[in-house]
Amino acid sequence: MEYEAVIGLEVHVQLKTASKMFCGCATEFGAPPNTQVCPVCLGYPGVLPVMNEEAVRKTILTGLMIDSEISRFSKWDRKNYFYPDMPKNYQISQYDLPLCRGGAVEIKVEGGRTKKIGIIRAHLEEDVAKNSHFETTSGVDFNRAGVPLMEVVSAPHINSPDEAFAYLTALKEILISGVVSDCDMEKGQLRCDSNVSVRPVGQKAFGEKVEIKNMNTISGVRRALAYEIDRQIAALTRNEKIQQETRRWDDGTGKTFVMRTKEYAHDYRYFPEPDLMPVVMTDAMVGEIRKRLPELPETKRRRFVKQYGLPEYDAGLLVADGALAAYYEKAAAGVKNPKAISNWVMTVLLGNVSAAKKTIAECPISPEQLGELVSLVDGGQISGKMAKDVFAEMFATGKGAAVIVKEKGLAQISDAGAVEAFVDLAIAANPKSVSDFKAGNPAALNFLKGQVMKHSKGKANPQLVGEILTRKLQGS
Amino acid sequence: MSLHTLTIQQLREKLRQGEVSAREATQAMLDRINAVDGKIKAYLWLNPEDALSQADTIDRSGIAKDGKPLGGIPIAIKDVINVEGQPCTCASKILNGYVSVYDAFVIKRLRESGALLLGRTNMDEFAMGSSTENSSWDVTRNPWDFDRIPGGSSGGSAAAVAADEAIAALGSDTGGSIRQPAAVCGCVGLKPTYGRVSRYGLVAFASSLDQIGPLTKTAADAALMLGVLAGHDASDSTSVPQPVPDYTAPLDRGIKGLRVGLPKEYFIEGMDREVETAVRSAIQQLQSLGAEVVEISLPHTDYAVAVYYLIATAEASANLARFDGVRYGLRVAGKDPIEMYGKTRGTGFGPEVKRRIILGTYALSAGYYDAYYLRAQKVRTLIRRDFEKAFVKCDVIVTPTSPTAAFKFGEKTEDPLQMYLSDIFTISLNLAGNCGVSIPCGFTSNPKLPIGLQVLGKPFGEEIILRVAHAYEQATDWRKQRPNL
Amino acid sequence: MPEDTSKIDVAYVAYLARMRLSVAEMAKMSAQLQEILSYVAKLNEIDVSNVEPTAHATPLSNVLRKDEARPSVDTKKILKNAPDSARDLFIVPKIVE
Repeated sequence: MEYEAVIGLEVHVQLKTASKMFCGCATEFGAPPNTQVCPVCLGYPGVLPVMNEEAVRKTILTGLMIDSEISRFSKWDRKNYFYPDMPKNYQISQYDLPLCRGGAVEIKVEGGRTKKIGIIRAHLEEDVAKNSHFETTSGVDFNRAGVPLMEVVSAPHINSPDEAFAYLTALKEILISGVVSDCDMEKGQLRCDSNVSVRPVGQKAFGEKVEIKNMNTISGVRRALAYEIDRQIAALTRNEKIQQETRRWDDGTGKTFVMRTKEYAHDYRYFPEPDLMPVVMTDAMVGEIRKRLPELPETKRRRFVKQYGLPEYDAGLLVADGALAAYYEKAAAGVKNPKAISNWVMTVLLGNVSAAKKTIAECPISPEQLGELVSLVDGGQISGKMAKDVFAEMFATGKGAAVIVKEKGLAQISDAGAVEAFVDLAIAANPKSVSDFKAGNPAALNFLKGQVMKHSKGKANPQLVGEILTRKLQGS
Repeated sequence: MSLHTLTIQQLREKLRQGEVSAREATQAMLDRINAVDGKIKAYLWLNPEDALSQADTIDRSGIAKDGKPLGGIPIAIKDVINVEGQPCTCASKILNGYVSVYDAFVIKRLRESGALLLGRTNMDEFAMGSSTENSSWDVTRNPWDFDRIPGGSSGGSAAAVAADEAIAALGSDTGGSIRQPAAVCGCVGLKPTYGRVSRYGLVAFASSLDQIGPLTKTAADAALMLGVLAGHDASDSTSVPQPVPDYTAPLDRGIKGLRVGLPKEYFIEGMDREVETAVRSAIQQLQSLGAEVVEISLPHTDYAVAVYYLIATAEASANLARFDGVRYGLRVAGKDPIEMYGKTRGTGFGPEVKRRIILGTYALSAGYYDAYYLRAQKVRTLIRRDFEKAFVKCDVIVTPTSPTAAFKFGEKTEDPLQMYLSDIFTISLNLAGNCGVSIPCGFTSNPKLPIGLQVLGKPFGEEIILRVAHAYEQATDWRKQRPNL
Repeated sequence: MPEDTSKIDVAYVAYLARMRLSVAEMAKMSAQLQEILSYVAKLNEIDVSNVEPTAHATPLSNVLRKDEARPSVDTKKILKNAPDSARDLFIVPKIVE
């Protein structure tokens, strides 16, 4: 019997805002415990929440980027449950009227096709505090409590761990490109839970679904789903029933385990939040936010391929990082050979930047300077080999290519007469190589080329050297 | 001279003229509290040193003479409002030990206006009650009869003002908790329109119903206080950005031609005969001052108590969830958080609070939300519409504040429903969100107990209801009669 | 509204509210709540089929705050109110997932 998996993903994203969702406390990661707190986010008696406008905007922007319907009327609700990381023992969230409804995220699947993963909704809520556990006690740090959290719920359109991986990657790229979130999973800025079930291929009805939690990386999600799908199929094959339950992924052992069940399923007793007023969207407001729409990663990728004549691979790599893509475009502007820029950026530039433990923003070579360097190579002023040395000097000093070439007299010698003089020198100094070449040994030519380069201190234009040398050797 | 018997206006005049210092005024209050509070127990927390030190600061800086609206006036604060550095127990064991780390918005306003924070007054636990019998700490007595309740939940504040233990006080009103105690203690109590006064710093009972308001000796004092308290607060999303008018200036304009609506549903069987007589007399007085009387109807009055006890308890059940022993207040140890919560809340909350939390939780629980909470919110819309329709025919609505004068301790504690039903005249106003004030309009004969007249207004109609209250007050002299202490 | 209001499971609701009630408390409360629920059943008399629930007491919307960080409250002040704290954390009995 063939089974197919049906997967839905619930992603919680911490929004990149300066302050918390309902109070003005800072949202910096890694601050000392309980230093970014106030009576509001601590749930003190008598406090009241006030909505962060940027959090709302970033959520609307997300909706626009994933083609959601932006709700004209959206409201807040209290989700009631008790837990030590809950300052009020209710979480302010959105229940029936979220900010965004519907939409889709496009992913690439096997065979180069694309597939749209439907989005059910995206809404806003507040994050909870952080628990640490000791021997007999637990400690709570409320720095994280109240950070704006956007929840994006996908439709159960995902059918494999690879598709889940692709979905999360695509979603992450979109959110980064819109400056909605940094999506750093290690910092807890993007968290993912999954609902997964299996059913015989062709069956319309869904199988019993299991919730999987504690998948801390995108690869972890793929691994967890692969395991869980196999587990469910194996169970069904043994004629066992799948229990609807919540399971915890353990990356170390590579298995999912049933979580200690809370005695009763949660009754969240949702009701409208009386302390917060609804959000009424107007065309004007959406229009304002629309101005912030970035070029989406997929669109950018296609454009890079078309506009700069780059292969898919290059385009994909450059576009993955917004800063890198911007760098590339500045460097490639007005340069005849944008592919060359791409080569330089992907290999030498990134290599040096990462070795120096810097970011692209901190790169000592400006995009314009890189452009200049590549133009010098293209124009024949310096050789490709020489360019590498010039690059290193540029990286170390921040000086421009032309300046360095001039200072160090590295300009390539492209004057035919001058090159010819060096060729004559090399021929005269190496009669054995000349006769070797005439005897049919092509390696001798390379040796002679090398000699010409040596005599010219590496500055002779290699192409010209080859031409003139060959001509002279064949001639005489 | 008996400084403690003065009104805000009278004391303010003396302070401005330099006849009296803030310290002298404060000392007079402390002496009075010393003399009578042993019996009345209006105060839960008093720090004489702190009060006098505030007075000295006021004297040194000359604020009282500067013309600040409440410069040097000693004001009592209901123990449900946060004042930085002071306890805020809400008369509950579960907040024992909690010290406020911030000032409520209204406290900031009081400080800016030069007021002196005298002390903290007793109340029903978490503002849940109509008699202050639900306080975990002490029982406050009605200054007119020590066997009787001072009303609730702002019983301490009302008793303090009535007994001249404070020149004025702050209270909170969710279902009548300012107006009813004012009525049964014989002082003025104002509930502003919902959103008129910021709730930031008021420990929440029912978020969509709570309002902070003044308890004072005269309508003019209430107008003065409202002017200080009212206004938009960015920390309270429900605070309405409506400009604050001068409530004091128009007080003497009189009420000629004003249409006074009498809701037929409020003049019913079961009301104390003397209360009815006093209120009808007051209405006649208003007519003699030039007001026209119009009969109106508030058809859904009979459902108000039911609606209130579903909505208020539902909101309260969530608002009180934060009291769990984790971050402040009482903690009773447990082997895990669930046990800690259960024991802390089981020990820390009194019976009325527990009852309302259970009722509210139930009204929101799976399978019951539509039937209870949602239905109640729909009927609330009908109650609101009743008022909107009525206010087309009249400018203010006049009713008794309470169906009876102060009842005896223990009379209604065994039957919660009976206690709830005593709120029948005040509760609708909170559900609609409008403003209302209670003013003294007479006494019962034996024993002599105050009777309150309630004047209700349109949203943001405080100017008019205060004008009616003031006009009535000027034409009568109930205020001259003081409790025998 | 449910016809049979005699079934309020006080023990369950008390669990939802995380309040430990004694057997005596539960019994007393059960009777009192039964009375109250019977009373509120009068709301069933009204036809609310075309009535919108009151969502808010004031007709405001879009009450928003600029996204600006402002200083937080001093940690020491906060922890002073904590029933138990250590290493600048609020300490609770161990949470078992």
